Amino acid sequence: MIEFLTQYAYLIVPIVKIAILVFVVLTVDAYLTWLERKVIAHIQARWGPHRVGPHGLLQPLADGVKAIFKEDPIPANADKVAYFLAPFITLMLAMTSLAVIPFGPQKFTILGYESTVGIADVNISLLVLFAITALGVYGIALAGWGSNSKYSLLGGLRSSAQMISYELSLTLSVVGVLLIAGDFSLSNIVTQQGDGGKGLLTWNIFPQIIGFTCFYISAIAETNRVPFDLPEAESELVAGFHTEYASMKFAMFFIAEYTSMISVSCLATILFFGGWLSPFPAGWTFTHYLPSVILIPFGLWVIYDGIRYEDLFGRILLPGVGTAFAGIGAALLLFPTANEIVQGPFWFFAKVFVFLFVYIWMRATLPRFRYDQLMSFGWKFLLPVSIANVVLTATVILWRMH
Amino acid sequence: MTAPIVIFFVLAAIAILGAVSLILQRHPIHSALSLIVVMVALAGLYLLLGSEFVAAVQIIVYGGAIMVLFVFVIMLLNDGEEERTNFSKLATFAGIPLALAIAGLIGAAIVHSSSSLPVATANATLTNTKQLSLLIFTEFVYPFELTSFLILVAILGAIVLAQREN
Repeated sequence: MIEFLTQYAYLIVPIVKIAILVFVVLTVDAYLTWLERKVIAHIQARWGPHRVGPHGLLQPLADGVKAIFKEDPIPANADKVAYFLAPFITLMLAMTSLAVIPFGPQKFTILGYESTVGIADVNISLLVLFAITALGVYGIALAGWGSNSKYSLLGGLRSSAQMISYELSLTLSVVGVLLIAGDFSLSNIVTQQGDGGKGLLTWNIFPQIIGFTCFYISAIAETNRVPFDLPEAESELVAGFHTEYASMKFAMFFIAEYTSMISVSCLATILFFGGWLSPFPAGWTFTHYLPSVILIPFGLWVIYDGIRYEDLFGRILLPGVGTAFAGIGAALLLFPTANEIVQGPFWFFAKVFVFLFVYIWMRATLPRFRYDQLMSFGWKFLLPVSIANVVLTATVILWRMH
Repeated sequence: MTAPIVIFFVLAAIAILGAVSLILQRHPIHSALSLIVVMVALAGLYLLLGSEFVAAVQIIVYGGAIMVLFVFVIMLLNDGEEERTNFSKLATFAGIPLALAIAGLIGAAIVHSSSSLPVATANATLTNTKQLSLLIFTEFVYPFELTSFLILVAILGAIVLAQREN
């Protein structure tokens, strides 16, 4: 058995990693919808979901069950191939883009196979991500065209035009980082930002503040989120490209949207905010206790909050989860080796969480662009600014070399 | 059979099936989708040859930019299915013999050179992308700039043609 596992470790280890990542990402997607509804509700002075489970925590589960059991009608005269293919393409590409994201610095060996935190650490990972983004248009365009409905078609057309336009500035805004790093590999880009051990002072965000602004705006447009959610502008197009989709196929578009939000946040973290690196100088070892300092009070609060409910949640589940959080925090204090391993992923996911929160925050704050405003903003403002940023960065790098 | 050979045959089969389906499909969108499959399979073949940069660019430029434009235009025109016609006389009397001749030529070339093909070797010190860009911007800088100038001329020509009415 062990012999078989060792022989095929190069296949088994990645498959297990992929299975874990898909499970984690789907769970995070589900709870991202919960977080989004809660945050927007609180910004608008409402409560948000609070009926299913404590704080509405089981709402994503209920939504999932609903999505599976709903009727799934197919529009008459729909193009069957395009109609069925579209949600699968969208979800598959959104998931694939997470395959090249490095989540931490460690390399570990399982069954004699050296592996990284993250599925594949390839030397052209940034190009792979752009290739996947380039193909992402098809899912939405085909969904819009295949549904045989005027709202879907208009949504699909808008979306293809929008994604083609903003892809240019998205790619160009990253060139500045590439010029600084001289490498397409995401893990090398992160490692270079940590040179000197000065913490956040050496991150790419400071030399590339223009690049980051262009990148983040175009990335929001690429993921079709507010204020660039014209493909599904509900007041004009019913629901845009997914008007004719119901049940699980609709849920797949939804999951894909949240997954691309996650991958864009990961990319922003890696390219401009030092990925898994700590923002503090390397000498400040006391900051390594930060995961425990956050986890233990949070776990205790979950227990305190949970015992108010006089049912299964209050008596068993929430205190159990709280104890687990606090226990993990305490264990990290007791075992310094484990604490060191956790540092990278801790900072990575903390930064990604901040970006995801900004996404939700913006949805609650900003109104939607008009279509002509969207196009002129992309072509007449973002694109020239990104090109200027490339020229500026190249000039400064050349000037420093001589 | 080693893994690369198996992957090669799978990708080659996908590429050929995609190309055949491109011709046989009756709907323009389905043809365009088949062409995308061919492009992605070709990118896989480039990857197998060890040129990861060309593979990524193949997907970004051909699979992404160019084919999105095709699909976009077909969607805008919203054309229906095409009708099948009989072969034209030209295709029967000139096309089929020419196709057979080209196939024979390529087959003969492969049979004659199978043993003497040089094996591609990767430079260990430089990555593929660096090698490529160094070559483009030093040794082949004039052809490179001329090609981009040619594309610029083509773009300008398209704009002039599109605006002739005014």
